[in-house]
Amino acid sequence: MSSLNQKSLLEVRDLLQAGEVTAVEAATACLQRIDATDATLKAFLHVDREAALSQAKELDQAGPDPDKPLWGVPIAIKDVLTVDGMPATCASKILEGFTPFYEATCVTGLKDAGAVILGKLNMDEFAMGSSTENSAYQTTRNPRNTERVPGGSSGGSAASVASGQVFAALGTDTGGSIRQPASFCGCVGVKPTYGRVSRYGLIAYGSSLDQAGPLTRTVADSAVLLSAMAGHDPKDSTSANEPTEDYLAATLDRKDLKGVKLGLPKEFWGQGVDPEVEAALLRAVNTAKDLGAELVEVSLPHTEYAVSTYYIIAMAEASSNLARLDGVRYGHRDKDAQELIDMYVKSRTQGFGEEVQRRIMLGTYVLSAGYYDAYYRKAAQARRLIRQDYLDALDKCDLICGAVSPVVAWKMDELIGDPLKMYLMDIFTSPLNLAGLPGMSLPVGIDSAHSMPVGLQFMAKPFHEADMLGAAHALEQAIGPMAPVEPV
Amino acid sequence: MSDEKTTLGVEDAAAIAKLARLDLDQDVLARFAGQFNAILGYMDKLSELDTSGVEPMYSPSEHATVFREDRADNDRFSRDDVLSNAPESDGSFFIVPKIV
Amino acid sequence: MTQYETVIGLEVHAQLNTESKLFCPCSTSFGQEPNTNVCEVCSGMPGVLPVLNRTAVEYAAKMAMAVDCVVNEHSVFARKNYFYPDLPKGYQISQYELPLAEHGHLDIEVKGETKRIGITRIHMEDDAGKSIHSASDNASYVDLNRTGTPLIEIVSEPDMRGPEEAVAYLRELHAILVNLGICDGNMEQGSFRCDANVSIRPFGQEEFGTRAELKNMNSFRNVQRALEYEIERQKDLVEDGDKVVQETRLYDADKNATFSMRGKEEAHDYRYFPDPDLIPIKLDPAWLEDWRKELPESPQARKQRFLDQYGLPEDDALILALDRALAQYYEAAVSAHNEPKMIANWMLSELLRELNQSGISVSECKLTPEALAELVRIIDEGLISGKIGKQIFPELFTQGGSAEAYVKDKGLVQISDTSALDAAVDEVLAENPDEVAAYKGGNKKVVGFFMGQIMKKTQGQANPKLVNEILAKKLNT
Repeated sequence: MSSLNQKSLLEVRDLLQAGEVTAVEAATACLQRIDATDATLKAFLHVDREAALSQAKELDQAGPDPDKPLWGVPIAIKDVLTVDGMPATCASKILEGFTPFYEATCVTGLKDAGAVILGKLNMDEFAMGSSTENSAYQTTRNPRNTERVPGGSSGGSAASVASGQVFAALGTDTGGSIRQPASFCGCVGVKPTYGRVSRYGLIAYGSSLDQAGPLTRTVADSAVLLSAMAGHDPKDSTSANEPTEDYLAATLDRKDLKGVKLGLPKEFWGQGVDPEVEAALLRAVNTAKDLGAELVEVSLPHTEYAVSTYYIIAMAEASSNLARLDGVRYGHRDKDAQELIDMYVKSRTQGFGEEVQRRIMLGTYVLSAGYYDAYYRKAAQARRLIRQDYLDALDKCDLICGAVSPVVAWKMDELIGDPLKMYLMDIFTSPLNLAGLPGMSLPVGIDSAHSMPVGLQFMAKPFHEADMLGAAHALEQAIGPMAPVEPV
Repeated sequence: MSDEKTTLGVEDAAAIAKLARLDLDQDVLARFAGQFNAILGYMDKLSELDTSGVEPMYSPSEHATVFREDRADNDRFSRDDVLSNAPESDGSFFIVPKIV
Repeated sequence: MTQYETVIGLEVHAQLNTESKLFCPCSTSFGQEPNTNVCEVCSGMPGVLPVLNRTAVEYAAKMAMAVDCVVNEHSVFARKNYFYPDLPKGYQISQYELPLAEHGHLDIEVKGETKRIGITRIHMEDDAGKSIHSASDNASYVDLNRTGTPLIEIVSEPDMRGPEEAVAYLRELHAILVNLGICDGNMEQGSFRCDANVSIRPFGQEEFGTRAELKNMNSFRNVQRALEYEIERQKDLVEDGDKVVQETRLYDADKNATFSMRGKEEAHDYRYFPDPDLIPIKLDPAWLEDWRKELPESPQARKQRFLDQYGLPEDDALILALDRALAQYYEAAVSAHNEPKMIANWMLSELLRELNQSGISVSECKLTPEALAELVRIIDEGLISGKIGKQIFPELFTQGGSAEAYVKDKGLVQISDTSALDAAVDEVLAENPDEVAAYKGGNKKVVGFFMGQIMKKTQGQANPKLVNEILAKKLNT
């Protein structure tokens, strides 16, 4: 890859602002990198070469704009987020050919900041999955080891960033779908507080859980993106009215971890994590200590109920959110069906992949008469207890630290036949979505058994992304960020 | 959660599929039923948790009700936009097989 | 033979006449080209989100207060999930466990007796679209203009015991909604819809019988007819030893009968759950207080006031008070000329007739309350006769303007000049000696003939009262 592809987002944007690199050059470098690697990686579902280059040309004609923090920076978007005029399939056949005429607010934020959108990235169908193997179109590979999964559901986003195809990608996180692929591919992934980033234009999976967020190669890069994405949106009733910050300034400000209390939940350490993974995490935590962090033990006693709670709520919401995919107004329709209900049934059965069908059915079940109280309502009660766990723990520390995933990226096809086993992999990420708190994954090393990246998870108080980014940045500076890799 | 373990059979799976407007082959339904039983069996864990007196939390949002002022604005998108992805349309309506 | 009691509960859906839809800024204007009041939100595109219309909440709360409901300061929107082409999201956003308001009532009058009908709940929800079914092709045409229009659903307790009570309840509810200014109340256009739950039980039995749900009644009259038919149908069934089935039945106005929808409809499990895209509604008690103060006088209160203040008969007071626009017209007219009973008479006979015939509403009518009052005044003052007044009413109604100016302009001013009348009477008596003789001979009916002749001679403008007096004097000397 060219030296340009290897740079961080901040580095390339400085070059763009200084006029040393044009927007067209930056976009071209990324497009070339995509051409060189995507046949193997299969991260992209859609590359819009013409739109990207013409957008870049327009920017060049106007000249660099210091008020646009992402001026000329090429990025890509997970296919679950709508970009005006670009297809949005959610990696599903049921949305094949669908082109939205409206756009996600967070994407418009990035465009307003001057970013150039290269295309749409692969994912697990409708964000349901932890390996991107559930895409109806193609399977994305982990650039560190192409026989292994990139994680999911934002696998395309993580693979694209980690391989140097783009300087940043947007993903979404409902139960870990930004943090886990980031940790699997060796890049940074941030899930903001629920309500920090608008969900308008984000095709919904779990409405009370979803958040869009950045995947980048460095923490500071994510901070820049977050500032461009965050903020109240009157089109999203769940978007918070909290003031946004200059996350980059707050991030760069932190040079060490003096005075920072890191809480290590006893449920996240010592058991349930692969020993090689834990070893890598402990090395990072020790580095944090060297930087001045104080380690405290905390407890999140309801962790064992998190996966059940998460899946009941997510599936219930998804079963309702996906009801609009009925072949009436958009998407796939079985044109041979002569009768209405037949049309609905055939279109949906043909259009949805197996994992999606499974979750729609389970979601329907847990909401149905006679089961609502035992499952959905019960899960909502457990959810409150889980959130309280986090808020109580965060009274005793500034940030909670632990694993993102019990294991490193597994091999293709290894878990796809056992849905429950796959669900259990969300044990450390899903409770954060239930609680609605912010979290991120920082790549901290490679495991010795499989030579695959390990991510350390930071979790913070609501709307305290700045604390999280700052601490992660300080640690990253000490450890060194992961360089983009050639697909292996 | 029921005290006895709920076991879903193929008919139960078929009934759920019907509610969800899905039509799956018998062998798929049988496989799903097996997976559902495993998954629901795991979720039954939740019944051990004492949640008496706990108010359900359906969303982490804690801010005040968000309102929109009552002003009509039809200028955001056109009918062509709205119909642009329709599998069948005559430019005015969405067309579906006759609703009986 | 067992005597049966009828039990009726009514569900009314009223469209709130806000400018924009419940969850998106699309216009709610009626009668537009298909799919032109539609956006990405109300057409259920992927990734869209609802945002609640503040005025819709205000209107719903006001209705709740107008029927004495407890307004819940905390209420929740829930998704009602089912599949239908005019329901783009595959769910309706409604309210389930925590509705906006509960436990209200309104009073009706049937056969002179007042009865209180309970209102179980009022909740908010968004309307579905419309489909047109092709007669010839295997196609239905879906129009989403109406999708997302704000509705309130008003559920009554099963307190009504017959079709008359049901219609009285509907009329009163309708009047309250229209009086508040929050609903057009147009049953044909669908801004006021009614479904009925009907069952019968032997008198004295506490347990309710199995109920049928009736739909598709688009006028008060059809509600009455549908209920009458259904009650008979159920009685016949039970008397034959059969059981009433719990089902939905559609009313067919042409056949005046209800027909089962069974077989067409499957049992719905709506799988209600709180909508995660919306924050629960939290109403500030201060807003409720403000809205309560803004509530207009209720039709019932106004009717009572008309009885007390203007001394009108019950029936007249009811008609004038029920419709706010008509009531405002009446009071403005009485302010201009303080003859409440006369003004009432003129409005109830002449004005209502003209309004009905022309199809114009009282607020659009060119004849202002002041002008109507003026007409009544000049009749009172003898400037014209009541008969002339009735004659010229249709024209005044159409063109408006001053009645006094009109009669003067057209030379219709009643002749009350006694010397002129004297002369006219003299002429007529002189021209008709036979009739005078007949009168003197005992035939009093001839007076009518003389009146007719005098009117002819004076182009109908003789003051009849004065003429009568003059005639009587002259004939009896």
